[in-house]
Parts: sequence; C-alpha cells; structure tokens
Amino acid sequence: MELLGIWVAALLTLGIFSFLYKDNPVYKICESIFIGVSAGYWAIANFFDALHKKFWIGVFPTDGSDPDYFLWFGALLGVLMLMRLSSKIGWIARWPLAFIVGATAGLYMMLYFVSNAMNQVSSTMRDVIVVNSDTQLIIWGETVGSILIVIGVVSGLVYFFFSKEHKGIFGRTARVGIWFLMITFGAHFGYTVMSRMSLLIGRIDFLFRDWLHLLK
Amino acid sequence: MKRQLPFLLVFIFGAFMTIQYYVPHESSEFVYTFLLDWTMIIGIFALALGIWSLYHVSVDKIQHKKENWIYSYVTLFGLFIMVVFGFSYKVGDSWGMYPLFVIALMALLYCLIHASISRSKGFWLGLSGAALAVSFGVAFFDDSWKLAFMTSEGLKNTMFTNFADFVLTPILATMFALLAFFIASAAYRAFRARNVLASLLLIAAIIVMLRFNPYMPFGLPELVAETSSWLMNVPNLAAQRAIVIGIGLGIVATSLKVILGIERGYMGKG
Repeated sequence: MELLGIWVAALLTLGIFSFLYKDNPVYKICESIFIGVSAGYWAIANFFDALHKKFWIGVFPTDGSDPDYFLWFGALLGVLMLMRLSSKIGWIARWPLAFIVGATAGLYMMLYFVSNAMNQVSSTMRDVIVVNSDTQLIIWGETVGSILIVIGVVSGLVYFFFSKEHKGIFGRTARVGIWFLMITFGAHFGYTVMSRMSLLIGRIDFLFRDWLHLLK
Repeated sequence: MKRQLPFLLVFIFGAFMTIQYYVPHESSEFVYTFLLDWTMIIGIFALALGIWSLYHVSVDKIQHKKENWIYSYVTLFGLFIMVVFGFSYKVGDSWGMYPLFVIALMALLYCLIHASISRSKGFWLGLSGAALAVSFGVAFFDDSWKLAFMTSEGLKNTMFTNFADFVLTPILATMFALLAFFIASAAYRAFRARNVLASLLLIAAIIVMLRFNPYMPFGLPELVAETSSWLMNVPNLAAQRAIVIGIGLGIVATSLKVILGIERGYMGKG
C-alpha cells in the first residue's frame, strides 16, 4: 500500500509541477482532486471535532455524567442556518448568523484589545533602558535597541494614521515609519523565499529519494 | 422580525461577550463556554452549507457545460470518497467487499448528478436506486468493515489517512513549493535598488536569505547571523508591533460598529 501511495504522491507532485510549463489538463485534474479531497477531509474532521465531540457526547454522555441540554439550542441554531437553502424562509438563517457575528464581535473585541493593543503597548514601553542587574550599569546595545523599537512603533503607528495629512513633522515621522516597514517587508520576503525554497527542496528530495531511489 | 431581530441578537450577544470578560464569576464563565460550544456547533452546519454549495456549483458547471466542467466530476468524486472513508472503518483482517461498496456509492453520486441535470430523470433515478440498493446490501452483509457516524473511528480508517498522506499533503506541499519559482521572478522585480526604501527592502531580504545559506566564507556566517537576528529583533519587531497594534485597534472599532448596528453589511440584502 505504501509503494502505491508513494507512486500516487509522486505523480500528483509532477502533475502540480507541470504548471511551470503552462496551465494544462493534468494540473487541472490534480487541482480538482485537491479541492474535493481537502473539502471532504475538513468536513469529516470538523464533523467529528465539533458535532461529535461537542454536541453528541455532550448530549448523550457515555461516562455517566449529566447531559448538557443547553447544547440543543446550539444544534437548533445550526438547523436554522440550513434554512438558507429555502428561498421563502431563508431569512431565518440570519438568526444564527446574528448570534455568531455578535458573539465573535464581542469576544474578539476584548481579546484583540488586550493581546494586540494593550500588551504590545506595555511591552514596548517596559524596560526601555536596560540595566545589568549585577553591575547596575546600562547595557548600551540593548538600550539603543529598545529606543529604536519605541521610535519604530510610534513612527509606524503615525504612518498608519490617515486622518491627518502626512506633512511637516508628522509626515517626516511617517517617513521614518516607512523605513521600518520596508525593513520588515524585506525580512519577511527573505523568509518567505527561503521557506518556499525549503519546500521545493523537500519535494525534489521526495521525488529523487523516496520515489526514484536515486539519493541514499 | 426579518431585520430588527438579528440586529437585536447581535447587540445582546456582543454586549454579553464584552461584559463577560470583566465578570470572573463561574456562572458567567459557564454561559461563555456554552456560547462558544454553540458557535462551533453552528459552524459545522455552516460547513454543511458550504459542501452543498460546492456540490451545487459543480453540478451547475456540468449541466451548463461551462469552462473546465469535466473537472467538476473529479472534485465531486474526491469530496464524496473522503466522506465515505471518514464514516467507515475496518474491523476484520481484510476489507472484504468494501471496494464494491465505495464503487456503488460513487456510481450513486454519478447517477444523482445526471438525475438532476438530464432530461431522462426517471432512468437516472432508477439507476441511483439500484446503486443505493447494492451499497446497502454490501453494508448489511459484509462484516469486515462498519459504518460509523457517531464514533470517530472513521478518522483512523487507513484509506482516509492514506488519502490525507499521499494525496492531500503532497499536493499542498507542491503547490507551495511551486511558488518558489514565481517568488524568484517577483524578487527580480522587487529587488532593484531604485531608491532608499527599495534598498532597505533589498538589504534586509538579502541578509535574512544569506543566514540560511550554508556555503559562506569563513567568519561571515556569524556576522550574518547576528545582523539577521538584530534585524528581526529590533526594526522588524518595531514595525510588527505597529502593524499588530493597528490591527487590534481596527478590530475593536469594527466590532463596536457591528455590535452597535452601524456596520450591517454581513446581513446581506432583503
């Protein structure tokens, strides 16, 4: 079975690589297989993860614990979601949608406010001047780094503030923010190039080692 | 009822989730946990809608013979074969008549597609019934495997895992690997030192890429590694923080607009 699997994987790999020549039927077949199989895979994985683990086991517990009848409301809202398939009563599907939108908006508002805004601001402002705890002397390298971070964060935020025209001191600060952003984009571009190269090497290694046995 | 009730629900649940964050009482956490469970349960029904939509779009493509319609068959067979594998598992030493069961279900899918698009609906529905009868018969008489809808045994089905390992993973990895070629072409266009900003991008990218290069002259690897670490830990961290803070504040503003009913685009028309 594993030998057959390796052959299938190798042929699919070559099928996807055939796109480098041009968009062709073999690539399209591989692409369609991927869409179908991944949709099926995630449907099944989520079915057992959410519906089975969260709902079925909760409502019909096998370990003797009390059933969670509240979960029936979730299932009811889920069934209402399916009303979208009907053109006459499709508007009922807005109720579960409203529940999800409201609950996630409230949840994420607080989570992101704390993790993205407050924690990042406090991390930026904390210990700007770094001192050696033994000698009580300033560590200049790290202190300069911390000050640069404060300058980068403030200037970056100024760049993203579009309610005021980027002119004068405000514009010059935004300009500094762009420098920091360009360094970040460059670094991320470099990382992305290398990660894609690593994946490419991995696929070629698979073809030559596992499939063709040309590498030992 | 059609529009006002959903807005009221959004406000109630949004306000509850916001206030709940500040109430560390166990009853508040109890309701919070249930609401999260509800969200997950509704999500799986929404996924069913998505699967239906994929089926519907694919059948529509086949029916109207739209561009690349033939590949819609491949998509549908891929989708349903995974669903069949996910709901069945082996109990004996061999698979017995399982291949016949899978083929009968695939034939059923083919007949159902044609029953919904063909003029001779009765003929295809008859064939669908025959395929369904065969699959039922095999499932009833063959003891070497079982269907399981309410136990997660199907996730351990070797056919299901093999399809994930030998079909899904290689295609996904190769698709990302394919981007290496296109990213190289993008790099050629992006990495031209036309001005100070483009030069900063170029220098940062080269230093980060050099860090992963094992073939460098003596002494350079340490210097490049240190410079790369500094780039990632100082200027990159600063810009990342600015972006993350911006995203956080943006999410807070958008969430407030949604909860207060100012942003209503998610409700659609009608």
